Amino acid sequence: MSHISEDVTQEEIIKSYPQSREYLISILQAVQDQTGYVSKESIYKIADYLELPDSKIYGVATFYNQFRLNPPGKHQVQVCRGTACHVKGSSGILDSIKRELEIDVGGTTKDGLFSLDTVACLGACSIAPVITLNGKFYGRLDNKKVQSLLKRVRKEGDSK
Amino acid sequence: MNRIYIGMGTCGLATGSDLVKDAVEQWSRERGVSTLITPTGCVGFCQMEPIMDVVTQEGIRISYGAVQPEDVKNILEGALIDREFCRGEVIGQYRNGKKPLTGIPFIEDHPFFKKQVKFVLKNCGIINPTSLSEYRERGGFRGLERALTSSPQDVVAEILESGLRGRGGGGFPTGRKWQLAQNREASDKFIVCNADEGDPGAFMDRALLEGDPFSLIEGMIIAGYAIGATQGIIYCRAEYPLAIERLETAIELLKKERMLDHDLNGSGFRFSLRIKKGAGAFVCGEETALIASIEGRRGMPRPRPPYPSDSGLFGNPTVVNNVETLANVTGIMREGSEFFSSLGTQNSKGTKVFALTGKIRNTGLVEVPMGITLKEIIQDIGGGIAGGKNFKAVQIGGPSGGCIPEKYIDTEIDYESLKGIGAIMGSGGLVVMDEETCMVDIARFFLSFITKESCGKCIPCREGTQRLFEILDYIVSPYSKMKNEEENLQRFNMVMNLENLAEVIKSTSLCGLGQTAPNPVLSTLRFFKDEYEAHIYERKCPAKACRGLLIYDIDTDICTGCTLCSKKCPTGAIVGGKGKAHYIIEDRCVHCGTCFDACRFKAIVAS
Repeated sequence: MSHISEDVTQEEIIKSYPQSREYLISILQAVQDQTGYVSKESIYKIADYLELPDSKIYGVATFYNQFRLNPPGKHQVQVCRGTACHVKGSSGILDSIKRELEIDVGGTTKDGLFSLDTVACLGACSIAPVITLNGKFYGRLDNKKVQSLLKRVRKEGDSK
Repeated sequence: MNRIYIGMGTCGLATGSDLVKDAVEQWSRERGVSTLITPTGCVGFCQMEPIMDVVTQEGIRISYGAVQPEDVKNILEGALIDREFCRGEVIGQYRNGKKPLTGIPFIEDHPFFKKQVKFVLKNCGIINPTSLSEYRERGGFRGLERALTSSPQDVVAEILESGLRGRGGGGFPTGRKWQLAQNREASDKFIVCNADEGDPGAFMDRALLEGDPFSLIEGMIIAGYAIGATQGIIYCRAEYPLAIERLETAIELLKKERMLDHDLNGSGFRFSLRIKKGAGAFVCGEETALIASIEGRRGMPRPRPPYPSDSGLFGNPTVVNNVETLANVTGIMREGSEFFSSLGTQNSKGTKVFALTGKIRNTGLVEVPMGITLKEIIQDIGGGIAGGKNFKAVQIGGPSGGCIPEKYIDTEIDYESLKGIGAIMGSGGLVVMDEETCMVDIARFFLSFITKESCGKCIPCREGTQRLFEILDYIVSPYSKMKNEEENLQRFNMVMNLENLAEVIKSTSLCGLGQTAPNPVLSTLRFFKDEYEAHIYERKCPAKACRGLLIYDIDTDICTGCTLCSKKCPTGAIVGGKGKAHYIIEDRCVHCGTCFDACRFKAIVAS
């Protein structure tokens, strides 16, 4: 994911949508796709463009689980907390990731390498428990597999 | 040219089907043969992913399961050159009119497929999801053609006759919904497809969108024609990137074919379709909330009436149908309503797709005729409980549904029978639980989900579910976490009100989410009261799943004194020198289970 937040491009992205409230969620999604999160500044910009109060934009951005208001880590871990995953022990997996990364859900590690989120259901219940790392699915996990996966990614990050 | 099919839905990809594809390509290069690899969606047998189908010289398609990249060469050489077809884990051969191979079972005779009736999932995992010609070959667009030759009134009549009911959860007759919208005079009408499959534990819509997007689109065009809507919107979860990609490709292809945005076959009917990405809110499964979300607002439901069929999207008459419902429409128009209503029970016609997950041997997507028993699905199709454990319950209907105990496992599945035992059909998630699953923990899990997903508009749901969650949280918390005796008494007080509170939330909430939110609590209370009592009175979790109630101890005979547990213990509750047996100081223990996971010698016992 690119972390370029040049104002010009962001404005261009916002303005590529019709000037109507109907497109608010799509605009927020596009902004988040570009910078990884929805910043305060981008909320102001969207509000200006759609001629809506800032609070309305903020209201929508905080209502939906998808939007994050702070920068994510380089590698994004999403732990599925759906029913099937829960029955197969995803709470243990989540605890183990929290301990390994020493962060809570919604947090980013101090080195900015990892951020951790939970998601209601990834829809890959048949291979539960599931996590995604940078959008790639990893299924049929246990604590050991998760630990080694994170260690591998961390190592790769160090060598680069 | 060799033909290979590889299941590349999300489940396939997660288990490494892309590596299998690479291996096939490498083999073709090494052998110098040309191979056409067709990526398909999910055939439903997710337990066996990655699945690879090989077409032999005779033109027979054989399906192999659990294919690892390193097995690929062996399987391909066997099936294509040495004529030894059983070098991999054979699921079966497909029947295709040609002389079948001897000694290889048919795929439909496999226990997983035997009791299934593929009506909606007919193409999933079989065809290339983005190939129009393959879709047409298997009867695609025949339903639409039939619809266009009859009047919109006749189409609605046909759907009414078929007895199709909404597959998203509520089970409202689809034909009636359409009729209401059809009768409204308006210049703009909308047909919206609810592909915001938020129900944790269900993924049939994802599989359908990934595996056969055209069948949904065909259903939407038919629906548009029937109710007089010229615009369609697919509201799809952003968590399903592959499904969105497949839909986008399918829409582009149909635009090129002049089937979208153009006069359809000279009928004077013109339909346009777009995708709206959801942003992750469970409540958007409720139709008025979904409409609010499409309009760019917070996805909050509003009281009905007016129903969306009167005043929906931007105030226009709108029909919201679920993915599986619309795919059923395609099938009904193709095969006729008589065929459809010959399947199922008196009040629930056709088939239903279930996502079979949890502690079961064969996980996956199964499509069965209504009226089949839960036992048949779990035992015959699912192959029973994994790991030789005992069946405890099956959760059906997601956070709005209930847990069904063994006593009712012979229930024939239809909308009414499930309601009778405190569950709902829901979108069709079936999560199987064994003796190691704690029912109080499951109820607490669903409540924690609901408290996060409640939109906050009405008080019973916003505050009530929060209180309900706190009570359940109290039940699974250890005594040591309570500060004093007063708090302990308060806990009992809350427990006494548990059922009462659940009933109030049920009867006073604004929308379906709140009205059904207490169902997991009520149904587990009804069937598993003994487990609640064990938690409350004895402070014990019979299933040993509630960590807070477990007491950890170190078996001093096994402990090697490696000090790992004491290093990892967040509260310093474990003492002992290097090379000597360790002990847990009970007062300091917070029951987190870290030591239990950390111990490499299984010296820590939980009781």
